[in-house]
Amino acid sequence: MNRHLISAADLTRDDALLILDTADELARIADRPIKKLPTLRGRTVVNLFFEDSTRTRISFEAAAKRLSADVINFSAKGSSVAKGESLKDTALTLEAMGADAVVIRHSASGAPHRLAGWVRGSVVNAGDGAHEHPTQALLDAFTIRRRLGGRGAAGTRGAAAARPRAGEGLDGLKVTIVGDILHSRVARSNVLLLSTLGAEVTLVAPPTLFPVEVGGWPCATGYDLDAALPKSDVVMMLRVQRERMNAAYFPSEREYSRRYGLDAERMALLPEHAVVMHPGPMNRGVEIAAEVADGPRSTVVEQVTNGVSVRMAVLYLLLGGQEPAPSAQPAQLAQPAVAATGAGA
Amino acid sequence: MTGWLIMGARPLGGDPADILLRDGAVAEVAPRLDARGAKVVDAGGLVALPGLVDLHAHLREPGREDAETVLTGTRAAALGGFTAVHAMANTDPVADTAGVVEQVWRLGRQAGHCDVQPVGAVTVGLQGTRLAELGAMADSAARVRVFSDDGHCVSDARLMRRALEYVKAFDGVIAQHAQEPRLTEGAQMNEGEVSGRLGLTGWPAVAEESVIARDCLLAAHVGSALHVCHVSTAGSVEIIRQAKSKGWRVTAEVTPHHLLLTDELAEGYDPVYKVNPPLRTRADVAALREGLADGTIDCVATDHAPHPLEDKETEWETAAFGMTGLETGLRVVQHAMVDPGLLDWAQVADRMSVRPAEIGRLAGHGSPLQPGAPANLTLYDPAPREPVDPAGHASKSRNSPFAGMVLPGRVVATFLRGEPTVLDGKLA
Repeated sequence: MNRHLISAADLTRDDALLILDTADELARIADRPIKKLPTLRGRTVVNLFFEDSTRTRISFEAAAKRLSADVINFSAKGSSVAKGESLKDTALTLEAMGADAVVIRHSASGAPHRLAGWVRGSVVNAGDGAHEHPTQALLDAFTIRRRLGGRGAAGTRGAAAARPRAGEGLDGLKVTIVGDILHSRVARSNVLLLSTLGAEVTLVAPPTLFPVEVGGWPCATGYDLDAALPKSDVVMMLRVQRERMNAAYFPSEREYSRRYGLDAERMALLPEHAVVMHPGPMNRGVEIAAEVADGPRSTVVEQVTNGVSVRMAVLYLLLGGQEPAPSAQPAQLAQPAVAATGAGA
Repeated sequence: MTGWLIMGARPLGGDPADILLRDGAVAEVAPRLDARGAKVVDAGGLVALPGLVDLHAHLREPGREDAETVLTGTRAAALGGFTAVHAMANTDPVADTAGVVEQVWRLGRQAGHCDVQPVGAVTVGLQGTRLAELGAMADSAARVRVFSDDGHCVSDARLMRRALEYVKAFDGVIAQHAQEPRLTEGAQMNEGEVSGRLGLTGWPAVAEESVIARDCLLAAHVGSALHVCHVSTAGSVEIIRQAKSKGWRVTAEVTPHHLLLTDELAEGYDPVYKVNPPLRTRADVAALREGLADGTIDCVATDHAPHPLEDKETEWETAAFGMTGLETGLRVVQHAMVDPGLLDWAQVADRMSVRPAEIGRLAGHGSPLQPGAPANLTLYDPAPREPVDPAGHASKSRNSPFAGMVLPGRVVATFLRGEPTVLDGKLA
C-alpha cells in the first residue's frame, strides 16, 4: 500500500482485500464490551475538516480512538482558516505538532494531493470536492461483501453466508449507482474500487449529470433506471442536491424523483436478494422513499457501522500498527500486521 | 567610429553573414565586413532573427508589483529575445484611460530593456458594459492600437460589434479573449476525460469556439479587424481557417504552452498548470501546431502571466490562472515547431516578429534584417539543451510550467535600436 490513501485508484486488488479482511477482524472488537485496542497508542491522528461532515468526522474519530490514537479535531469554522490561513500553513502547523496521519475533508478537488506534498505523515482523503471519497467506497465494498459475499460469478456458497471468506472479492456482482455522477466523489471512488474488486458497475443518471467523457471509465452507463434494476445485485442511490435544478441539470425535484428516485414500486423490479445502499445524508422522498430507506433490504445503518471498522483498518495499515501489546492483540491481526510492516515505506 | 559588428551569424538560419549596426539601424549585411571601429560580437553558429515582438504579456504594473513590474518584466522579455512587448490592460487601476496607458508606456521607456506598447481596455474597468475612451488612448502618447479586455470576454454581442466598428477610425484592432461566461462558470480545466476523473469543473472547447465564430461573423459584417487571443482548441483553428478563406480580417495567436502542454498535467493538482484558456488535449496541440505552420494562426504570443508563490501554493480551485512565458517562449517554439520540422527559422521570424508587429501596428519592429531597417534583432543558439530553472529567471515570479523540462536553445544577445539589451545571455 501507498503511504497515503487519496484515491481508490491507489489501491491494488490485494491492497483493497487486505483492508477489507483487516476490517473484518477489527469489526469483532465492536462486539466486545471494551471496544478498544492499544495498537496506535502514542500516535496522533488529526481530523482536518474544511467542510461540515458530522458523519464522516465522527466515524474517523471513533476509528482512531478505538485504536487508542490521540485524536485532534480541526474544523475550519472559527479557526485560523476563517482568518485566511492557507492550506499550506495549516499543514505546516499540523506537521510541527507531529501528526502521524491527517484525515482531510475539503471542498476543493485535489486538496489531499496538495497536503501530501507538505506533510510527512499519512494523508487520508475523507472526501475532496467532486473527486474522491475512498473510505466511503471501501465501506460500501465491505458492506456489499458482507451481504452478498459468495453470490458473484465465482460464488458457490449460499446467500445466507454470514461472513465472507478472507481474500474474497466482489467478482461478478452487478452494482448500479444512481444519481448525480458528475458531482459525486462517492461515485468516482466506487467505480474505481468496485471494478478493481471484480464487480460490474453501471451508472444511471440523467445525461446532464454525467461527465462528458464518462465512456472511458471502467463501468457501463445508462439513462434508464427501470431497465437497470432487474439486473442489479446492489443499487446505490446518491444524494442529489436541490440546488442542481437551479443550474438546469433537471427541471424539478419531482421530475427527478419520478425518473430516478427509488420508491417501493420501483423496488419491486429488483431481484429478491438485492440490497439498497445510500452513503447519506439522504433526501427522503427525492432520491429514495422513506419506506425503502427504512426497509429490510436497506443497508444504510449498516454502512455507518461498517464505516468505523473500515476506517480502523485503513489507519491501522497506514500507520503500520505500531507494536500492540501482545496480550491485547487479537491473534487474527497477526497476518495483516506483517503485511502492514511493508506498507510504511 | 561606434556601432556593433555581428560576425558570422546566420540571418533567419541561412548562410553566415556579418551584420553591421550603426546609428540604431542595420548599416550593412555582407559575407565579410570590416569592423572599422565597431565593437565585435562573435556570432558564429547563431541564428539572427528580427527582434521578437510579443502581442500579449502581463507586466502587472500598476497594481500587482509583487508579481511583476515593467522593469522586471521587460528584463525577462529582453532575455527571451524580445525587443517589444504589448502590456495587457488588466492592471489595477485598469488601463482604460489615456492616463494609465501613458503611465505604462513611460515606465517602459524608463526601463529601456525593450519597447512597451500598452494595450487598452475595451470596456470601462473590464466590466463589459460601457466602452472605454478608446479614441483618447489611441491619441495619447502611448498610441494604443490594440484593445482587449483580456481575462474577460467581451461577451455582449452588441458591445463587441460597436467596439469592432469604433476602432476603425484609428486603424485599431480588438483582441478578444474568447470565453463564453455562462458555459465556464467555475470552470477549472479543459472539459474532457481528465476533468471528469479529477472532479474539476470542465471548461468546454465550445465556450471558446462559439465566441470566436460569433466574432468572426461580426468582424465580417462590419468590415473590421478582429484578433483572437490565445487560441487553444482544434475547433477554433478550423473556424479561423474558414474565416480567413473568406477574406475576413481575422488574425490569431497561440501561446507556447498551448503548443506543448496538455490537460493530463493537471493530474497532480499542481496549479502551476492552471491557465486560462486551459491546457487542452493532444489532438488540440497537434491542430494548433498545424495551424501555426500553415499560417492560419498568425503568430506566437506568450501570455506571460506572472503570479507570486502564494497565489499558486494553494488548492487548485483557489489558485490564480496563468504561467510565465517570456524567458522560455522561443525555446518552446524551437522544441515544438522547429525541431519537428514544422517551421524553419524564417517562418519563426514571421510568427514571432513580423506578424505580431503588423497586427499590433508597431512601427520599427518586425523589419527584415536589411540595410536601413531599425537595428532590432535577436541572436539565438539552437544547439544547447538545458533544463528550465525558474529560479534563474529575471521575472519576479517563478510560475513556469516548464520548470525542470529540458528545452533546446539559448538567447545569446538582443539588440534594441542598435544597442545590446542582452549580451552573452545576460542583461547588458
